[in-house]
Amino acid sequence: MTSNMKASLSANQEPGQNLSGIFRNRRNSLLDAMIAAFLIQDGITNGAVYALLGLALVLLFSVTRVIFIPQGEFVAYGALTLALLDGAKVPATISLLVSFGVIAFLLDLWGMRRGTDARTFLRSVGLNLVLPGAIYGITAALAPLGLPSVAKALLTVLIITPMGLYIYRIAYRPLADASVLVLLIASVGVHLAMMGLGLVFFGAEGLRAEPLADENYTVGMLMVSAQSLCIYGATIAIIVALYLFFERTLLGKALRATAVNRLGARLVGVRTHLTGVTAFTLAAAIGAVSGVLIGPITTIYYDTGFLIGLKGFVAAIIGGLGSFPITAIAAIGVGLVESFSSFFASSYKEVIVFGLIIPVLIWLSLSHAFHEEE
Amino acid sequence: MKNRFLAGIAAAAVASLPLMVAAPALADVTIGVTVSSTGPGAALGIPLKNSVELWPTEVGGEKLKVIVLDDAGDPSTATTNARRFVNDDKVDVIVGSALTPASIAVAGVAAETSTPHLGCSPVPPNISKGKWTFIMPQDAGLIARNLFAKMKADGVKTVGYIGFSDSYGDLWMGQFKAIGEQYGLKVIADERYARPDTSVSGQVLKLVAARPDAVFVGASGTGAALPQIGLRERGFTGKIYQTHGAVTFDFLRIAGKAADNTVFASGPAMVPEGLPDSAETKPEGMAYVTAYEKKFGAGTRTQFGPHINDAMAILKKAIPIALKKAKPGTPEFRAALRDAIETGGPFPASQGVFNFKADDHLGLDDRAVVLLTAKNGKFELTK
Repeated sequence: MTSNMKASLSANQEPGQNLSGIFRNRRNSLLDAMIAAFLIQDGITNGAVYALLGLALVLLFSVTRVIFIPQGEFVAYGALTLALLDGAKVPATISLLVSFGVIAFLLDLWGMRRGTDARTFLRSVGLNLVLPGAIYGITAALAPLGLPSVAKALLTVLIITPMGLYIYRIAYRPLADASVLVLLIASVGVHLAMMGLGLVFFGAEGLRAEPLADENYTVGMLMVSAQSLCIYGATIAIIVALYLFFERTLLGKALRATAVNRLGARLVGVRTHLTGVTAFTLAAAIGAVSGVLIGPITTIYYDTGFLIGLKGFVAAIIGGLGSFPITAIAAIGVGLVESFSSFFASSYKEVIVFGLIIPVLIWLSLSHAFHEEE
Repeated sequence: MKNRFLAGIAAAAVASLPLMVAAPALADVTIGVTVSSTGPGAALGIPLKNSVELWPTEVGGEKLKVIVLDDAGDPSTATTNARRFVNDDKVDVIVGSALTPASIAVAGVAAETSTPHLGCSPVPPNISKGKWTFIMPQDAGLIARNLFAKMKADGVKTVGYIGFSDSYGDLWMGQFKAIGEQYGLKVIADERYARPDTSVSGQVLKLVAARPDAVFVGASGTGAALPQIGLRERGFTGKIYQTHGAVTFDFLRIAGKAADNTVFASGPAMVPEGLPDSAETKPEGMAYVTAYEKKFGAGTRTQFGPHINDAMAILKKAIPIALKKAKPGTPEFRAALRDAIETGGPFPASQGVFNFKADDHLGLDDRAVVLLTAKNGKFELTK
């Protein structure tokens, strides 16, 4: 809070005055504007993180038809990993990563039990054993040194991203042709498993990471922290990068083709397993980035991810689980609604936020004739 | 299909075999412990579970057989656990759970099956009146009276309240409504948030704008740090009061400098080193904290773990009394144990001196509360 807000609070307000009255009181219009500005800033900051999650959910659903409930777990893992790196500790996430890799490798071996060629085998070894092993080595060597904050953030993203790949390999690839419902049930299982592993590896108490940048800037009457600027910047950068990826690259176009029609895409030679892997890896990377961004502004627990993920999910639902731009805008809206309802009716905040889904679902079900694909 | 079914039965039989073998010899005293070592109450349940490992192996010449189960804070799992204890393990006493809803569930089974029950979480008054249930933690009224008296002494008249949007948050607001007036305290803002919330900016802005003399935070663990940090960031300079649920070293680690100028209520077991030698809670507290931190590392003590120690402190005295009347594993022994707990006091323990009566199964007095302030990342005794 800027000092002029503190001053105006004490100058403009009678002690004990109820704040809902202030908004109606004209004398305090400056204060109204200031509180509103704070709430808007707070809403946009959280909304930007929800936008990243919403985009990841839409991406995954359109490409793989998976409603990916554990997306929030990547956020929690990311934030907790960063917080542990801050303490110059070796984050337990790397042993988790190696275990995931080993399980994926064993599944690959089982798949190869009726014979295989050297190339497939070596690729599996490289992807599932060498890659996590290398990340393990790098992290174990670098973490105790006390890295600069940007390096810690990058290392966190590097640790979390391959998890998306392994989770796809372990849980979803064997089910790639199952119905949306079966995939959803698998998601619930993955969510519970990841949350439980989070408790084992990070413990029950929350952690808070150090901000990537400590500075604060005063814009007009608002104080903007460098961390929230990082959040805005990263969200915009990821949205632009996703746009370029989908519009300009062959792989991105393959993902879009899969999203439009899986069967058709396969008929014209798109490898749907490859698009699935890509989508999950992207989602994990986006989750890790969200975790790095949100870790320093709040306390994250092993089970926080679920709630954050659900808010992203609200945005994705408003976007019909298909539209990136509507999801991003809706996420900002969710952030704003959350922020204002926390001010006016804090006990009913979650009710209001999650209640947003109901009118949207009614509208969607009236305006679209839904049919299960394939 | 049929084969599979038979195989299932065979598997179940094999799986239950070790249980049968492990069934207690009749003379052992059997204790069933159900705590939430996973789920939303894990931060409370894990120290409880760890503390069980510090229990002695025998009491009054009888071997102790201890069974620990996880209820994930879920009342129905806690009920299942309690029933298993009673029906399969023939326990003499049930200890747990760590969360209020699960403890209520256990108390129900205890009353129905006439099994002594030592609860490790606060419970509503109708549960603590139960014949078979005794409560280890300080009840909210006791803590609130001490904190409110301190607030009055500090000259606080108007209070901004922010707490969890669950029964824990309601509990403290309820205390303000019930006895706040006696201490001249007026609540001028009542804000709520949830532990996993990513921001409390809205609530904090409203609190700051209401300009209370002090803010009371009704939250627990590191979750209590979120409004603490938010209030200081938004320039609130008044005193902040925290409940005993917030007294953990993790809280200080997260809140850092923002924790300064804050008053905490706490059980004495968090700071046994600072207690005067005359304090009746000091010997148990020192012994427990030393043993716990030796096993689990320095700075790992919590507010919650000592309740397990205190349950044993009570049992150590009550079991020998009950042994004179009946053999463990019998309904007579359970009844004798219950009577011994109710009438055998006072039991000096780490969190207070328990002195149960037929109409008081909370048993604690002001000796069970100390006031702390946070200074330079440490808790210091103020009372």
